[in-house]
Amino acid sequence: MASVKRTRRAPGVLGSFVHIDAAVDAIRALRARGHRNLVVYSAAPNHEIEEALDQSVSPVRLFTLIGGLTGCAAGFGMTIWMSLDWPTLVGGKTIASIPPYVVIAFELTILLGALSTVAAMALFSVLQGKRGLAYDPLYSDDRIGIFVPGGADQVGPVEQLLRSAGAVEVRHETA
Amino acid sequence: MAVVARPIPTPPPALVIRQTHADVTRDVVATLDPPSTGYLMLLAGAVALFLAGLITFLILVKDGLGHAGYNPPIFWAVYITTFVFWIGIGHAGTLISAILFLFRSPWRTAVYRSTEAMTVFAVMTAALFPIIHIGRQWVFYWLLPYPNQRWLWPNFKSPLLWDVFAISTYFTVSATFLVVGLIPDVAAVRDKVTGWRRSVYLLTSAGWQGTDNQWRHYSRAYLYLAALATPLVLSVHSVVSWDFAASIVPGWHGTIFAPYFVAGAIYSGLGMVLTLIIPLRRALRIEHMITDYHFDNLAKLTLLTGSILLYAYGMEYFVSWYSGNTFEQTTFYRRAFGSMWWAGWTMIICNACVSQLLWFRKIRTNLTALFVISIFINLGMWFERYVIIVSSLSNDYIPWAWSNMNPTWADWGILIGSFGWFSMWFLLFAKSFPIVAIQEIKEMIPMPRKRGGGGHH
Repeated sequence: MASVKRTRRAPGVLGSFVHIDAAVDAIRALRARGHRNLVVYSAAPNHEIEEALDQSVSPVRLFTLIGGLTGCAAGFGMTIWMSLDWPTLVGGKTIASIPPYVVIAFELTILLGALSTVAAMALFSVLQGKRGLAYDPLYSDDRIGIFVPGGADQVGPVEQLLRSAGAVEVRHETA
Repeated sequence: MAVVARPIPTPPPALVIRQTHADVTRDVVATLDPPSTGYLMLLAGAVALFLAGLITFLILVKDGLGHAGYNPPIFWAVYITTFVFWIGIGHAGTLISAILFLFRSPWRTAVYRSTEAMTVFAVMTAALFPIIHIGRQWVFYWLLPYPNQRWLWPNFKSPLLWDVFAISTYFTVSATFLVVGLIPDVAAVRDKVTGWRRSVYLLTSAGWQGTDNQWRHYSRAYLYLAALATPLVLSVHSVVSWDFAASIVPGWHGTIFAPYFVAGAIYSGLGMVLTLIIPLRRALRIEHMITDYHFDNLAKLTLLTGSILLYAYGMEYFVSWYSGNTFEQTTFYRRAFGSMWWAGWTMIICNACVSQLLWFRKIRTNLTALFVISIFINLGMWFERYVIIVSSLSNDYIPWAWSNMNPTWADWGILIGSFGWFSMWFLLFAKSFPIVAIQEIKEMIPMPRKRGGGGHH
């Protein structure tokens, strides 16, 4: 995940909003003008923002599936192999008795599924996280922030758009 | 394709929070202010109890488990009772944090953080007991399938080994679930505090900024963690029940055990949730966030699980009579009228009878009554496990070996130590991290609109 403090800042314009509908209007207008790499900050997930950004489904679920299947295979593989490696007759059951091993396979399915989910979340946040972004502590409180990366030539039109949409504060961030 | 990761249903009127997002941050951050004298005294008490347990444990390590009152045929007693008790406590936390999340139940929001923390610390407490109980703690790793010199592997057909995997997984997943849920809230605290506290929260917030990308992955990951934790919580106490049910000991060998144990676990956990939250909300001044509505719902869940237990108790006696099995019948007769009648009736009265008082709304919303009932539940559920374990073992198939269990100082020392250990962690957590989920509360509060009108949640 991107660190809060960065020495090198990405250039762009940062607008702060108090009203959700104003922020959503600004996102739609910016996207209509071709600004696709916006970064929107909010204190809680908001489906109006998600819809305006037209986000795709997070690929985290794929890692959940892979982790879960790996755990299941590992559970059965480990128990069966270890039973055959040291064959001991227990309770008259077959050496590699599948029903009791379902418990181990189930637990490892959940364990690896959960751990790979969290690992994927952290990984995507790091890999896809944009570095050196302007941030305001109020974004974890009650404000919505929209950061529009871009050079000095775009500052004027973007600033005007954000203000006309209802931004309560607009900052110009230089590199 | 637009993705709506977690639409929150419209909360009922009783749950509408008349606060702004900024109010929520301020109030929850205020719970992390320097502790009061009362808090420090509670913490000191918890540490003292833990130290008593630690000293008892060290004596057991030095001298062996002989101090613990074990005599043939009773080799499972207070330690295994307390182990099952603490594992059960954890279940309500996962029910509230994961299962109610999947059901989109909005009232869980205000209480789930404290219950999830309770789960993690309860499982941490429970996990100590198999290690205490094995006697030779320095070889506890023999329970794990690790490559060794003789290529000797553990017996995967044993329910005791299933337990090792179930509890390790439960602890790991619960702790992960708690930590992931904490990240956005810790970031909110980070942005409000100064000095060394800011440095600590800066580190623990893992660089969280609440960007759309972070929320996208976070929301999806949280959903899947909840989906994975749900079957896990149901499986863990089922596996614990199979420690007993897979044997042929009278009173244990029943197919009803898994659902019976799961319902009991959730019931006991709800009892502990009430015991913890009722004083906590007052101490942290968050009465406006955790309201009568939350307690009413918690009490309804307690009533439901308590009623399942009432049915299970009745069914246990019915099945033992209907089976025609003399050993089963004798075991259950002795539970009600034998030497342990007092423990048997404590269990039935505290669990099956007291919970029925919750049919009355006046009791469900009377916090003093709820607190007293919660203490009865804690007591009753400990005795339930004690009765199941000790009464069955004390009257085995061989009458000349029949015996009684008399808990010793070593049993009580470890028992109170476990309460100290659990309370110590919970109190430290409550003053170090947001005990109410800031981010999820904010999700329920409509954001202001320029064009007026209500929120769009």
